[in-house]
Amino acid sequence: MLGNITLGQFFPGDSLIHRMDPRAKLVLTIALIVAVFVAKGFLSYAVVFAFILMTAMISQISLKLIIRAIRPILFIVALTFVLNMFFSSGGNVIFQWAFMTITDQGLQMASYMAIRLVLLVMGTQLLTLTTSPIALTDGIESLLRPLSKIGFPAHELAMMMSIALRFIPTLMEEADKIMKAQMARGADFESGNLIQRAKSMVPLLVPLFVSAFRRADELALAMEARCYRGGEHRTRMKVLHFTQIDLGAAICLALLIAVVVLLPM
Amino acid sequence: MTKDRPIIELNNASFHYQDSKQIAVHNLSLTVEKGEFISVLGHNGSGKSTMAKLLNALFLPSDGQVLVAGIDTAGEDAQWDVRRHCGMVFQNPDNQMVATVVEEDVAFGLENLGVAPSEIRRRVDEALEMVGMQDFASRQPHMLSGGQKQRIAIAGVLAMRPDVIVFDEATAMLDPSGRRDVLQIVRRLNKDEGITIIWITHFMTEATLADRVAVMNKGELVMQGTPKQIFTQVDKLDQYGLDVPPMTDLAKQLRDAGMELPEGILSVDEMVVELCRLK
Repeated sequence: MLGNITLGQFFPGDSLIHRMDPRAKLVLTIALIVAVFVAKGFLSYAVVFAFILMTAMISQISLKLIIRAIRPILFIVALTFVLNMFFSSGGNVIFQWAFMTITDQGLQMASYMAIRLVLLVMGTQLLTLTTSPIALTDGIESLLRPLSKIGFPAHELAMMMSIALRFIPTLMEEADKIMKAQMARGADFESGNLIQRAKSMVPLLVPLFVSAFRRADELALAMEARCYRGGEHRTRMKVLHFTQIDLGAAICLALLIAVVVLLPM
Repeated sequence: MTKDRPIIELNNASFHYQDSKQIAVHNLSLTVEKGEFISVLGHNGSGKSTMAKLLNALFLPSDGQVLVAGIDTAGEDAQWDVRRHCGMVFQNPDNQMVATVVEEDVAFGLENLGVAPSEIRRRVDEALEMVGMQDFASRQPHMLSGGQKQRIAIAGVLAMRPDVIVFDEATAMLDPSGRRDVLQIVRRLNKDEGITIIWITHFMTEATLADRVAVMNKGELVMQGTPKQIFTQVDKLDQYGLDVPPMTDLAKQLRDAGMELPEGILSVDEMVVELCRLK
């Protein structure tokens, strides 16, 4: 069960997108989000969609993986669509029944919102699929580093994230073990209503928490024994480098935003 | 620092935990020479782990003095120097790995020391090769076995190029094959690289591999000597709640039954030699 855990659903590869600097990918993903929000009208959405498709093709990630990411948010997309459809006013009435009215502007608004959500998820999905969690953490740390001058704990945040990533599989394995141990003694995790099931998690969570604290304690000692003393004067084995790929990607995104802004409604 | 100076000197060192009146270790005096392989035995609560933590300034002595490579661990800002000279491998392999990738974990100590990136790369590769884990450099730690994780932990310490490595029951959670691998590496490091080893354990057979054995009981150092000197004192060991190695025990039983076996048999090989000599 634990052999195939994919943390943050990273999909290893060696494409141009994979080789981009994580910092560049983070910033450009934010730029892509901006493009999605700046875009108005179906034509601009089509352009953004085409851009995402093209990026996916370059990254050699199958479309299936990207489409799969939309599935969990389908409900939210549908809800957004319905709410926007009924509660946007203005425009010509297309349909009216009891207190519900649907206008053409409302319908348009609702479609825009739904499309935006889908594009947003697809765009950010590309980031997590092509960037390993550790590279992502390094990127975030490096981008936030200037903020540490005003007291923002950039290094600590990144260290916490990477330790959390490191211990997710360990704690899952442990939860599995505890669960089996409790089941062997007759604990029941599956039947009963929601409250009963939540209650039955207590004998799982208590030992798990106790052990997590013990682990934290030991890890802190081990880190200290290896001369860890915070982020100051620390170097890294892998230094991040911007390359021409990043420059190329930045130009592409700048063009995308320009097109989206200039396109008529 | 002169060359003959002991790498570790404990001078009447005591330590007690803040929240209890009980003294964890009391009046410890021990010197370890450079390149020695010393094993520390004792049952649970005998203070052996506390002693280990005194050696790399995780704990500072409340009384007495601890010198590592001539540096007083209680000195101001001495702890970082001390920890660079004296690395430590802990019992639980999971709880001492920081990074999500093996080579990043090995690099952790060097990154903390502020070593230049290219030098880190070189030393990490070298350390991984020394423990035979170079093929696992880009694996995730949770995919490794306990013995492999412990080898990574050793590599992480080795990369920092310490003079001494303290192993605090480092094989207690491993299966037999993992234990064998780790022991083999440790002996090689001691012989070929001249790294001083302090091996804390409650496995008697492991202790027989050391040059010298120290026995702790209730926070005090009660016996010291070569494995042969220590393990022939069966009754005294029993009093401290320790067993003797299986072969020593067997030899004693055979001797009691009337066979003429000499004292000081520690391993199966020695037993075979002595039994064949009987004819």
